[in-house]
Amino acid sequence: MTTKIDTGTRRSGVRHGRRMLVAAAGAALTLASVTACGGGSGGGKVADGFTQAPQGGGKLTVWVDSTRLAAAQLYQKEHPAVKLDIVTYDGDANGSNYLQTKVSLFNRTGSGWPDVVFSSQNNEATWAVSAGFAAPLDKGLVDPGVLSGFAPGANTPCTVDGTVYCLRNDLSQTVLWYNAPLMKQWGYSVPTTWEQYQQLGEKVATEHPGYLVGSVGDSYAPEVYMWASKCGANQVTGAKAVTVNTTSDACTKMATLLDTLIKDGTMSKSSVFSSDFDKNDAAKVLMMPGPAWYGSAVFQGTFKTPSGQITASPMPQWEGDSSPSVGNVGGGTWLLSAHSKDLKDATDFLTWVSTSDDYQGKVSPGYPAYMPAAKTWLAQQGASGYYAGDPAPALQAAAGQAWLGWGYPQYSQEAIWAATMTPQITAGKTIASQLPAWQTAIANYAKADGYQVTTQ
Amino acid sequence: MTSSPPQNARASAALANRRAVWPGRAGHGFVAAYVVLLVAFGVVPTVYAIYFAFTDSGNQFAGLSNFISVASDFRFLPAIGHVAVYLVCWLASLVVFVVGLTLLLHRVASQGVSRALRFVYYIPGALAGAASVMVWLFMLDPTVSPIGFLLRAMGFDTFGQVVAPGNMPILLTMIAFWTGAGGWIVVMYGALNNISPEIIEAARIDGAGPWQIARRIQIPLLRKWIVYMVVLAFAGGTQLFVEPQLLSQASNGVAGRDYSLNQLSYDFAFQNNNVNTAAAISVELLLVGLCVAGVFVARSGFFDAD
Repeated sequence: MTTKIDTGTRRSGVRHGRRMLVAAAGAALTLASVTACGGGSGGGKVADGFTQAPQGGGKLTVWVDSTRLAAAQLYQKEHPAVKLDIVTYDGDANGSNYLQTKVSLFNRTGSGWPDVVFSSQNNEATWAVSAGFAAPLDKGLVDPGVLSGFAPGANTPCTVDGTVYCLRNDLSQTVLWYNAPLMKQWGYSVPTTWEQYQQLGEKVATEHPGYLVGSVGDSYAPEVYMWASKCGANQVTGAKAVTVNTTSDACTKMATLLDTLIKDGTMSKSSVFSSDFDKNDAAKVLMMPGPAWYGSAVFQGTFKTPSGQITASPMPQWEGDSSPSVGNVGGGTWLLSAHSKDLKDATDFLTWVSTSDDYQGKVSPGYPAYMPAAKTWLAQQGASGYYAGDPAPALQAAAGQAWLGWGYPQYSQEAIWAATMTPQITAGKTIASQLPAWQTAIANYAKADGYQVTTQ
Repeated sequence: MTSSPPQNARASAALANRRAVWPGRAGHGFVAAYVVLLVAFGVVPTVYAIYFAFTDSGNQFAGLSNFISVASDFRFLPAIGHVAVYLVCWLASLVVFVVGLTLLLHRVASQGVSRALRFVYYIPGALAGAASVMVWLFMLDPTVSPIGFLLRAMGFDTFGQVVAPGNMPILLTMIAFWTGAGGWIVVMYGALNNISPEIIEAARIDGAGPWQIARRIQIPLLRKWIVYMVVLAFAGGTQLFVEPQLLSQASNGVAGRDYSLNQLSYDFAFQNNNVNTAAAISVELLLVGLCVAGVFVARSGFFDAD
């Protein structure tokens, strides 16, 4: 046993020494934070703003979620010369932290990192940079012309200290999806304000009970409703500073609206991805605020809503608010590993998958963050024949309206809402009454991740 | 006529000499592989965890600071509460139902259904832990569950209602019981078979009924096995992880991902990149498990010779 302890200590010492060496080199290059935890990329040249692993080529390992599997397969089809190892994982959905967990382990073992990885979470850069995983992209790897083609602010979640560490997949701005033939048949107008939205919901409860105007049952609820309402639950004010205020007027009036519609039965408490929603409610959606990808992924894919029914209009706004605001649900990012031994092919894959017309413009279910591809995508949506009317104008208008007060911290707002608020809503508590508990939960998780928290 | 020892006799003598030099070597051979695995995957990781628990990220001695960090974390006390409630439900149901079902199984042995029942009890235990939970994810969703009518009759219309935080101890107990109890029933059944038929027969002649035989003879003679089961189930229960983790994933986070102490440890290690604090939780769980096992073993006379 003594021998084993000595071995462990010696190994630790070796690792410690190596870490010190790498850290010293990193400090000289003002990249200490990138290299200190990396542990495995040393030995290569310094180029493109980071210490690169020795380039040896070989198989390119890409991690994607099931939705992005089509992207990797299409790339493989178009680039048969590149040897791809496509691995599917949960895409870090709902803040599962799978990627962070694995990278942490790879950092310890010094190998195993994927070359390129997709994550449905926009906050990956908050840890991936300090963990030494994400490679800087705007220091030479990715062409500046490509980077400038992304929508304004699209790569903000990927930017740390002015350097871009990932590329945004899609924007995921929220719009109001609605069933156009039903609205027409029942003589309803599409609401343009939240006040009208609530009134229409109450009217539907009386005139067409069973039909829904939205859902608050899944973890996206805060991003669809609270973000759009400019509720300051998630105001990141610095690298490790956040202001949390869930009891402002912007929060309470949206919470009260949701509570009213939940009570009336027109706001579902089930997740749109649950089997009970699919069975009982999918055919009874009159309206549903949701991200750009709801159109094809949820209505066409999951709900199997027939063509000619669904289209989108701009997200409602509060009466008197002159600056329109929408929320954002995911969007996803592509990261390139600083440990990649085939940066040329990895960069090519990363660039292709986030900008190509063939995937982003024609196949991707979400609104591309890369503007030229977005044009193709919008044209495809309009020409698809699925929608009751062209959703492009609403989607295009919302693309630049995501409220900037909602930040991208290390912790997952979706996971906190799911664990803190959803059970209470399911149990019959009002959202308004739980806003202080939500604030406490956010503050606690933020502090646990090392954030300085200000509450108001 | 000269005589010399036959060939096989010399060989036997040599073998006897070797046995005398190293008696019981076959036994050593049998346990050697286990000991190697125990050291590699039990002792060394434990020592490594203790080392981590008392050092910081710079490998400097950190005293009790990691333990203080754990104790002051807002998730720690709730996680202890969750695990404690679960353990009470799990251990109570395990003892009552495993012993009860074993006695029942033993009682119907003569009726020819015992073998079939033992097989049925054992099937769930043959499934890996994660696979068992996956089965339960379907069982607990009223929309797709084969027992959906029962769930709806109890007022549960959605999966979200079923996995509400207040229901978690019961759900986790059901999953753990379904997964692990079958194996224990088979073990207890074997122990019951070791009770001399003469003792049971004598009790019967003295007028004891099935209940009295169970209470006065069978359960007392099963005591050591029950203690053994409780000790292992307690240690396993404190390490609750797979069930709440999968329920959390399946419920889109409604069942929180820091429900149990092991989940919290996992979060510390991989969410906060704080392996040292994660190790402190592991060491605390180890100590609790050892103390409880010590108390049970000492008070039950587990190692006393019969």
